[in-house]
Amino acid sequence: MSAVIETQGLGKRYQRKWALSDCTLSIPAGHVVGLVGPNGAGKSTLMNLAVGLLAPTAGTIEVLGRPPAAGAALARVGYLAQDAPVYRALSVADHLKLGARLNPDWDAGLARSRVERLGLDPHQKAGTLSGGQRAQLALTLAAAKRPQLLILDEPVASLDPLARREFLQDLMESTAEHELSVVLSSHLIGDLERVCDYLIVLVGSKVRVTGTVEELLATHHLLTGQRRDPDSLPAGLAVVSASHTDKQTTLLVRTGGQVFDPTWIVSEVTLEDLVLAYMSQAVGQAGRRNHHLEVHQ
Amino acid sequence: MEFHLDGRSGVAPYLQLIHQVRQGLRLGVLEEGDQLPTVKEVAAGLAINPNTVLKAYRELEYQGLVAARPGIGTFVTGKLGGASLAAHAPLRRDLRRWLTKARRAGLDDESIEALFQSTFRSAAEEDIA
Repeated sequence: MSAVIETQGLGKRYQRKWALSDCTLSIPAGHVVGLVGPNGAGKSTLMNLAVGLLAPTAGTIEVLGRPPAAGAALARVGYLAQDAPVYRALSVADHLKLGARLNPDWDAGLARSRVERLGLDPHQKAGTLSGGQRAQLALTLAAAKRPQLLILDEPVASLDPLARREFLQDLMESTAEHELSVVLSSHLIGDLERVCDYLIVLVGSKVRVTGTVEELLATHHLLTGQRRDPDSLPAGLAVVSASHTDKQTTLLVRTGGQVFDPTWIVSEVTLEDLVLAYMSQAVGQAGRRNHHLEVHQ
Repeated sequence: MEFHLDGRSGVAPYLQLIHQVRQGLRLGVLEEGDQLPTVKEVAAGLAINPNTVLKAYRELEYQGLVAARPGIGTFVTGKLGGASLAAHAPLRRDLRRWLTKARRAGLDDESIEALFQSTFRSAAEEDIA
């Protein structure tokens, strides 16, 4: 399938500081992509570049096959900024009217039925909705636009657990129904494990690892054994993270094949192990060119 | 049939779905001709990725237990357990009686499970030998 987002050496600098640098990515269509990384890693910058709110300082980005600044691509992209901004003084019904006016492919039936199902009062001002209701209204607007790609910046961060679950249920329903591609950022790895089948880890303005969740889990292993120098490992193993006690060494490694060394106990990693290992790598390490298969030592 | 997910089990979600269908077949909850929930229903109900559900259904299809009819849904086509289902009720009654006895003898849940598993394992080993 074709790529929904494709970047080549993409970078964005604010004055002296690079918020995103040398980012080369190709996100295939039909996935729910989790974008993870510590605060300030460049997640929002990447999303803002993808929806044309920011212009790149370096490199190129194409969304659905076109530069986002062209506008034509944006009609097919839905975007939900952090904290689900809505017009506080406008009613729920006003939001739907506005959506209908601004979007050529507006699905009024979908918007109406969603608002009904969510139990939102059309006359209520958006400013008086709960956090969960606001997020649901914003998702309704983004979904009724009938986009091919939905970009969500920490959509559930401010929601309570019930509202969060309802939001994700709705999102997964839309994904199944409309064959949407979704890119969402979140700190909640438990949520990502359920909803995402593709992962991008961004740390310190650089992409550390990307791929389908299935492939990432199959190629990463946890090794435990007697304390030793990681340099003594067989070739073909790349150490993502290492920790030592007096007697024991624990390594999270990436490898194309199986680990046969009997002196190590090999166990599977969870998505959480994997994300934390990449996130805990010291920020500011020198990056490599090819981010698709990038592994830092 | 309604699926549930144990987020802390460490078992991949698609494997949990497969296991639940197989269990349903073994216990007679699912029978030939029954329709499984649609991919959309499962994705929305559990808040999980639709591809996860598809993967589970595809694997079940490969195992010959279900078949997808395009545009309609996924239906149970195979059997697990089969004729032995009739024996379930009396066996369950016996097991209940035994559980009551075990409790009366002062065993807690953990001891009962441990006893069952070790007996199960040693019986299986004797069968092989």
